[in-house]
Amino acid sequence: MLEILRQPWPWYISGAAIAFIMVLLLFFGKSFGVSTNLRTMCTIVGAGKRVKFFEFDWKTQKWNLLFLFGSVLGGIAASTLLRDNEPLRLSAATIEDLKGLGIAFDGGLNPAQLFGADLFTSPKGIAILLLGGILVGFGTRYAGGCTSGHAISGLSNLQIPSLIAVVGFFIGGLAMTHLLLPLIF
Amino acid sequence: MKGLKYILTGLVFGVIMAKSEAISWYRIQEMFRFQSFHMYGIIGTAVALGVLAVFIIKKFRIKDARGNPIVFQDKDKSWPRYIIGGSIFGLGWALTGACPGPMFVNIGYGYWAMIIVVIGALLGTYFYGLIKDKLPH
Repeated sequence: MLEILRQPWPWYISGAAIAFIMVLLLFFGKSFGVSTNLRTMCTIVGAGKRVKFFEFDWKTQKWNLLFLFGSVLGGIAASTLLRDNEPLRLSAATIEDLKGLGIAFDGGLNPAQLFGADLFTSPKGIAILLLGGILVGFGTRYAGGCTSGHAISGLSNLQIPSLIAVVGFFIGGLAMTHLLLPLIF
Repeated sequence: MKGLKYILTGLVFGVIMAKSEAISWYRIQEMFRFQSFHMYGIIGTAVALGVLAVFIIKKFRIKDARGNPIVFQDKDKSWPRYIIGGSIFGLGWALTGACPGPMFVNIGYGYWAMIIVVIGALLGTYFYGLIKDKLPH
């Protein structure tokens, strides 16, 4: 059993399992959306005293924080018990494109060049990740959701606003990938 | 313990995202370069089954575990916030390779550098709250 789970999971298993997570949370009376947790965390550290947007009873979102905590544990499980040491099967075209940007494919989930331990001594690397994080945090709250809230929950409920948000995700993602990354790296 | 089911659900979610490589910066690059079906397959399957599940829940008025009706909140009908906010998120998604969920899964996986991305995301969220009323929605 563990041997099977250790192999990389195919897309159809993953997609079906994500739909199952969404339905399970609905069954618990909750709605699948991860980025809300970022707002809740701001509230917990006291942002509500200064900014009205963060003034709400964060305990109503405690379940979501527990879900997020669980997902960290899931990451730990995947990297220990369920680890497989085969290199990621990235498409040859992507490996070639990234080489052109000066980013080597090292077979891991994320390039050590950008996310390795050396990063903490590289001001440029820190600035890139911090900026990227700011864009994610600002954008998801502005759009009222991220990949889980809009692309999964919203589209499943046939929400046109979610479709517009997903189009936005791709406008931004394509602009970053094809226009801005060559300037950044 | 009431909260345990959420922790376990999150744990399964984290394992799914990591084992299907949806938390991979490389996979997100591959997606935005249209060089593999992998990420489209994941999102497409989730949405197709999600649409079916929501349809069934609505059609048969299925209740949740406590016996309450499952209600779906409609999103606000507008477009500026979705297209502008969505695009800003997209820029960050392609740069860091992580949406809010995978950021945390990655930290668990051992990519400590993602903590910097999370700090950025908290700052971005705070900044949005600060200037929210001045933005078109």
